[in-house]
Amino acid sequence: MTSLDEATEEFVAFGGDWDEIAQELARRKEERVVVNMGPQHPSTHGVLRLVLELDGETVRETRVALGFLHTGIEKTMEYRTWAQGSALATRMDYVASIMNEAAYCFAVEKLAGITDRIPPRAQVIRVLMMELARVSSHLVCLGSAGNELGGTTLMTIAFREREQVLRFFEMVTGQRMNNAYFRPGGVSQDLPPEALGWLKGVYRSMVRGMDDFDNMVMVNPIWKARTLGIGVLNLSACMALGITGPMVRAAGLPLDLRKDKPYCGYENYDFEICTTDTADVYGRYLVRSNEMRESMKIIAQCVDKLEAMGEGPVMIEDPAIAWPAKLEIGPDGQGQSHEHVKEIMATSMESLIHHFKLVTEGFRVPAGQAFHAIEHAKGVYGVHVVSDGGTRPYRVHMREPSYNNLQSMSALCDGGTISDVVVCLASIDPVMGGVDR
Amino acid sequence: MSAPTDHNAGQDAGPRPSQELTPGPQSGGPEVTEVRHGAFGVHGSGDTSGFGGLTRLAQIPGSSGRPYGGWHDAVVDALVEDLAGEGLTEAIEKVVVDREELTLFIRRQDLVAVARFLRDDQDLRFELSLGVNGVHYPQDRGRELHAVYHLMSVTHDRRIIRLEVTAPDEDPHIPSLFDLYPTQDWHERETYDMFGIVFDGHPDLTRILMPTDWIGHPQRKDYPLGGVDVQFKGASTPPPDQRRSYS
Repeated sequence: MTSLDEATEEFVAFGGDWDEIAQELARRKEERVVVNMGPQHPSTHGVLRLVLELDGETVRETRVALGFLHTGIEKTMEYRTWAQGSALATRMDYVASIMNEAAYCFAVEKLAGITDRIPPRAQVIRVLMMELARVSSHLVCLGSAGNELGGTTLMTIAFREREQVLRFFEMVTGQRMNNAYFRPGGVSQDLPPEALGWLKGVYRSMVRGMDDFDNMVMVNPIWKARTLGIGVLNLSACMALGITGPMVRAAGLPLDLRKDKPYCGYENYDFEICTTDTADVYGRYLVRSNEMRESMKIIAQCVDKLEAMGEGPVMIEDPAIAWPAKLEIGPDGQGQSHEHVKEIMATSMESLIHHFKLVTEGFRVPAGQAFHAIEHAKGVYGVHVVSDGGTRPYRVHMREPSYNNLQSMSALCDGGTISDVVVCLASIDPVMGGVDR
Repeated sequence: MSAPTDHNAGQDAGPRPSQELTPGPQSGGPEVTEVRHGAFGVHGSGDTSGFGGLTRLAQIPGSSGRPYGGWHDAVVDALVEDLAGEGLTEAIEKVVVDREELTLFIRRQDLVAVARFLRDDQDLRFELSLGVNGVHYPQDRGRELHAVYHLMSVTHDRRIIRLEVTAPDEDPHIPSLFDLYPTQDWHERETYDMFGIVFDGHPDLTRILMPTDWIGHPQRKDYPLGGVDVQFKGASTPPPDQRRSYS
């Protein structure tokens, strides 16, 4: 039981610039209220702190405070090998983790000069996984936006379909999130034999789930009233603020690096860039919703390609880079291939030395720098890698679209009502793991 | 496993990279940034492996000669012409084309002028800034701090160009591009937070990821990781930045 004393206990919020802002307002004798939203708030998408200056219901100023989830991933990467970086990059934007490791691996491959030597089967698997990650990320965005507007059913529909993606990821990579499946040189292992059949089995129901969602939302008068004309950010504002991804495509610019600067064989797939010109929250969800269907089209093409090409290597055929260990579920439930362990422990000393060298020391990447940008679910995701010729990155920096796009919060919210703050925030689709890194 | 003293010995003793091997920026060939000896990061102990005699040069691509290839020549020509109109013939310190990427090293006082031409000239039109990133090279005397900018042209085929500006540790000032590209706001704050590069002209250059009262700039190479020794059966493993690493 809660005693009355505990229930009426007073809590005081300290910290940061809070006192200064409140004092400044008191000095100006304006009837403004400062409201601190977050860092723990169910609709701030993680640990984001918004400081809102309110004049009645109207938001006058929005300040964004970050860093609550800063874990120093970029610094940690400098003390791990090039291959280990994949397991760190995947933890940044944990809603589309496959894409982070993809961008990292593409940048490392460019730096090492091995981009052209990645086996075609690995490239198709990568596209398949990236598009599934895009679907999963957009579903989380749409579902949680629906939930924040009071429609919990929208979240359950979206998460139900996302669950299929996560099951597929688990089947292929062993993990639902934070997969570390892409490695410099290819992917860690081939698809299990049952994977494609399973994916074909759920394909139709996933598309149907998206239709369910659209039918409930896109023509729904309440949804339209909450999103149409809200949080407008036109194209010139997007360019000034460096906004990319669904936000800039909702403003009418078909900026999509999959088409513009194709990587990983995207030029071989048939899909459209989804745009609209409303530049508002509604448009951003429309773009995401249409994009998911285009992704499903790409996924179907990937399945066809994989079935047509048959077996093949999924890792570069370069013993100086390719990870030597084979993975499989052994009788002990662990992931080491029994055959491989037998070879290195019992039959071949050279294999053991090779395995040991590559796993502990890693491979070297020629000194220099490279930048690779991909079309992440959230926008242009650029990875800048610098090597000093050693076995570990000298510097890795992620140009995170969430981080950049979050800068538009005050442009979206100032002058609107407080009820639109969460709507605008959700339309940016920030994931704080990626923002703070 | 080696005793902890061995790890420390690897840090202090042995041949260190020498600075006089770094040629000036005008050199055409690759630039040697570091000379590494041995293989295992241990120096000063008896060499029983034979790997102690191994010498490796870390070489980064030096300045490139014409033609740069692809669209790079046209972009450099247009920029040089614009700069000459303003009398800024020395603004571009060096042009490096490597891995099909164009890097322009810009004199720091001319950064804003260069970026303005890159954004506004109709032949260049790099409208979209992809932010700034710092890199710390403690061995690059007088040019320790590098700020690296990536700009994308939406008009011209989504070309990406890289600008690199250097500043010495003693005077870590670089002009801000906030007025040209408002998106630089948080990116410059992050680079300030992580490297201590002061972007002159930024309206509110405060920390963004680290707490406001944090001391030091964590992404600098001289920033200690502050890890805790891991003890096991009397031996201890030092934090990652003090461990022996492959040279």
